[in-house]
Amino acid sequence: MSTVTHAVTDSATMLRRQLRHMLRYPVLILTAAGVPAIFLLLFVYVLGGAIGSGLGGSLGGSAGGRAAYVNYVVPGIVLMTVATSAQSTAISVATDLTTGVVTRFRTMAIARVSVLTGHVLGSLIQTMLSISFVTGVALLIGFEPTADLGGWLGVVGVLAMITFAVTWLCVALAMVTDNVATASNLPMPLMILPMVGSGLVPTDSMPAWLRWFAEYQPFTPFIETLRGLLTGTPIGDSAILAVGWCAAITLGGYLWARRLYNREPTG
Amino acid sequence: MTANHRQPAVAATAVRKAYGDHVVLDGIDLDIPAGSVFALLGPNGSGKTTMVRLLSTLIRADAGDLRVAGHDVAREPDAVRAAIGVTGQFSAVDHLLTGAENLLLMADLNRLPRKERRRCVAELLERFELVDAAGKPASTYSGGMLRRLDLAMTLVGRPRVIFLDEPTTGLDPRSRRTMWEIIRGLVADEGVTILLTTQYLDEADQLADRIAVLYQGKLVATGTPEELKRQVGGGHITLRFADQRGYEHAAGVLEVVSRNDAAFTLQVAGQGDVRSLRALLDRLDRASLAVEELRVHTPDLDDVFFALTGNPVGTPLGKSVSSSVAEQEPAR
Repeated sequence: MSTVTHAVTDSATMLRRQLRHMLRYPVLILTAAGVPAIFLLLFVYVLGGAIGSGLGGSLGGSAGGRAAYVNYVVPGIVLMTVATSAQSTAISVATDLTTGVVTRFRTMAIARVSVLTGHVLGSLIQTMLSISFVTGVALLIGFEPTADLGGWLGVVGVLAMITFAVTWLCVALAMVTDNVATASNLPMPLMILPMVGSGLVPTDSMPAWLRWFAEYQPFTPFIETLRGLLTGTPIGDSAILAVGWCAAITLGGYLWARRLYNREPTG
Repeated sequence: MTANHRQPAVAATAVRKAYGDHVVLDGIDLDIPAGSVFALLGPNGSGKTTMVRLLSTLIRADAGDLRVAGHDVAREPDAVRAAIGVTGQFSAVDHLLTGAENLLLMADLNRLPRKERRRCVAELLERFELVDAAGKPASTYSGGMLRRLDLAMTLVGRPRVIFLDEPTTGLDPRSRRTMWEIIRGLVADEGVTILLTTQYLDEADQLADRIAVLYQGKLVATGTPEELKRQVGGGHITLRFADQRGYEHAAGVLEVVSRNDAAFTLQVAGQGDVRSLRALLDRLDRASLAVEELRVHTPDLDDVFFALTGNPVGTPLGKSVSSSVAEQEPAR
């Protein structure tokens, strides 16, 4: 029992360390929130008119055009925010593990994985803040969610679940190499996946081969669940698929990350 | 220094570590009594840091037994971690946090009683002269301050065994002396056991009860500083004469250890203390010998390695050009 309490208190300590880092060096957070916000503006104002009219009724809204497209694209952009935040977590994990203080942690009688849990919990908070910012921008440019309080709680829960999973995966990716530059690029596909899913356009507008991929990759059920909760589109079996994917990614990412962290440091 | 011989604080038996074909440690035996200071002396690449990493549970030995504070390093790493403190060669502080935050982090991780945490931090800041810098990020600290903060962080957990990996490498002479004072104080006040690694014979001599010389992954000598210096053969005094006549005359009068006829230099035995120097000068005076240059040579790491291994270490340790001519020839 005391090992569990130690793991909790040590993780809380590491989380405090992480929050101090964020407050002192907010550049990573600003990037993680700023990039998706810019993408949102680009998609809505540069492409939104054309895509919205082109897709017409398949967007589900009656209004069509740019206004309908805002409602369609926000869930995808929100998941892009999750991905950019996870990427910034990968950078900070990779950087952190090269520092002497983490070597010190390894020689201390603390819950070993707490170094990583601190990063993941810190990232969870950071991602939620970034998502709030991006959602705020979306509301300002005409996003009209229909969710009630229960719906919003569901949104927060689903986003926390996805962020948790993706972050553990990125923590592991950050430790695959000793090189910070490589570590920062490995999570790049996560940025692309929302686009190669139902994030920007419905998958039935894609060529058959791509559509197959788009429908079976995890970000599509993530997006569909989120879209359903926010704007009332049908969710179907997306919710249960999203939970399954998240459980698998979290477990895989966690075990992989733990194994990589416990590797004997080289040199 | 009183050594407690009941149980060794650190014991190593036939420890081996290799990275691929490169054997870093090849059959190391160590026995460090509790409450003593032990120095592992060796040049770069001799395996000192690897030894510290093994003892501090960072890496695993390929063969052999390691025990720290009564616990087996391989089987009970957490018990070992609870007993040790490590201050590495590269600063193990969080550069993004302030000095005080770093210490508080250690207090939290060591799970000190809540009420004691702030007090512990304040005490250590005071003791290590970091009060003024407590609120500044560690990234702004000087080398000496970082080393002090590093050691202070190590002490938060009240370790019984402390590993100091090259604690003064890269420090200026004054910061180095400060570190020495701090290390001496630790042993005197808290009775901890210290294993330190160093490249400097004088540092080992200043601080350690016993010294082991590590060379290419093997221990080539172990003993007290005095024993080691006896093995090395003590120091000598080099005399250079202006001309052949004075040189030959002196060679006849003094007990010469070695001579260099081409450079008109003689070496005589002597530790360089005032009494033996005065005696030597008196003899030179009585014989009316005019000495052009006199140099006192105390044994350094070069001498230790030369004496123990027959190989000089490739690191120049403050030898002047003029002396290298005089000192290359003689057999030591």
